[in-house]
Amino acid sequence: MDDLYREIIIERYKNPAYRGELDPHDISFEDENPLCGDHIKIDLRVDNNDMITEAAFSGHGCAISQASADLLLEYVIGKSVDEIKKMKKEALLDLLGIELGPVRLKCALLPLKIIKAGIYGLGESNDALLDEEV
Amino acid sequence: MTIEPKPGKSLINIKADFPILGREVHPGVKLTYLDSAATSQKPLCVIEAMDHYYRWINANIHRGVHTLAEESTAQYESARERIAHFIGASVKEEVIFTRNTTESINLVSNSWGRQNLKNGDLVILTEMEHHSNLVPWHILAAEKNLRLEFIEVTPQGELDLNSYQALLQQNPKLVAFSHMSNVLGTINPAAEIIRMAKKVGALTLVDAAQSVPHIPVNVNELDADFMAFSAHKMLGPTGIGVLWGKKALLSSMPPFLGGGDMIKKVHLRSFTPNDLPHKFEAGTPAIAEVIGFGAAIDYLTAIGMDTIARHEKELIQYALRELASVEGVRVVGPESDKKGGVASFVLDGVHPHDVAQILDSDGIAVRAGHHCAMPLHEKFNLPATTRASFYLYNTTEDVDKLVQGLKKVKRYFE
Repeated sequence: MDDLYREIIIERYKNPAYRGELDPHDISFEDENPLCGDHIKIDLRVDNNDMITEAAFSGHGCAISQASADLLLEYVIGKSVDEIKKMKKEALLDLLGIELGPVRLKCALLPLKIIKAGIYGLGESNDALLDEEV
Repeated sequence: MTIEPKPGKSLINIKADFPILGREVHPGVKLTYLDSAATSQKPLCVIEAMDHYYRWINANIHRGVHTLAEESTAQYESARERIAHFIGASVKEEVIFTRNTTESINLVSNSWGRQNLKNGDLVILTEMEHHSNLVPWHILAAEKNLRLEFIEVTPQGELDLNSYQALLQQNPKLVAFSHMSNVLGTINPAAEIIRMAKKVGALTLVDAAQSVPHIPVNVNELDADFMAFSAHKMLGPTGIGVLWGKKALLSSMPPFLGGGDMIKKVHLRSFTPNDLPHKFEAGTPAIAEVIGFGAAIDYLTAIGMDTIARHEKELIQYALRELASVEGVRVVGPESDKKGGVASFVLDGVHPHDVAQILDSDGIAVRAGHHCAMPLHEKFNLPATTRASFYLYNTTEDVDKLVQGLKKVKRYFE
């Protein structure tokens, strides 16, 4: 239990650095985990060189999904859109640094699905986005 | 043969009858099971009845004249008889075996609904329905262009009978409603709802998935037309449920699924359907499960549904009082006098998934999410809730553990 609710998770959940909305934005996408009711929207600003310059997330959900979103946005700022297209789920799980069962894994990976679906300009997100480029 | 419980069996030391309640879920941490609204645990007599069936009896039913087939058929039909008696059905032919409540409702929507509902017809549901009593009607409404309207839920979590009365003026063909909400725990005034529907000539379907396991329910007293429930929420196995319907009504309905056992005669280009209840039981059914369900009915009968309902009433009163003592906890739904043993709640600042996860570390099993009632959660503007639900084997100590667990959750998030 103490592993799952590491200090960084609780801290990011309670005091997220990237909570908010960006208006205007270049990319925005939202989705949810219908099972548990996690709902996240991610807004991104991208410069002329396809570099992500600003990022924010809004919505609600469990500590794992919210902390994951906050850590992910910190990671993507300053990186190119192409790099994030190639990002694998293992990279996000490394940022979280916790072992997760199949149910909570969906919470942790929701932000990555959303950011990739937004970047690819897809109408909806899907699990395939977590493993590969599309 | 298996051990049968004796009438007048008490609730004292009842946990010992349920092998799983003795298990540790983490090293040194015993299970505290508070998720019976999702599925109940099974007493040894149910497990043994199914085990005995497979070890000694296993044979297909309603065909074959060998000893095993005779015994298998007799046990299967005996279970049907006990289930019919348990719910006060006039004749056992009114008890149709399905997979679960969901399939029972789908049977009604597909068979009765397809035959009797047409363009523009009104079906009344409620805002507190489980998805199982929403989606079958969505599907039929799209096909037949039906109107679906919903009895409103008050902020206290009860059905607003004034909104119902208004809907009844619009010539509904069917009123399909949950007897007891799986989220709010509200026990709806089923007899009154049915009486009001009859006045305007509408048929009624009772989703009794949460009521039949917990309170005495008599279909004749209710005077409903259809009632659906599942074995697994009442100490029986998964994969078996019941559609009860009035005989005349069931007789007039076309078959739902086609295949073996549901026919009298089959020709290359036609068939004659079988009599009730077999007309609606196509293919080899879940025989062992029906026999297990019968054992569950015997167990519940030995204790008595009045005793079980009283026990759960005491538990929910205690639980609501104790939960109110935890700062930041808000329980949804009515006061204890209007509900069964279900407490869904939110804890300020902590998502239900996190609540459930931390409770699990103490072996406490609760459900987190929308409990297959997304519209109801939308109505109350809650993305999700944590639900503790009780059954005959729960005690005030289980409630105490829950309260201690919630205090631990708060410490993590302080």
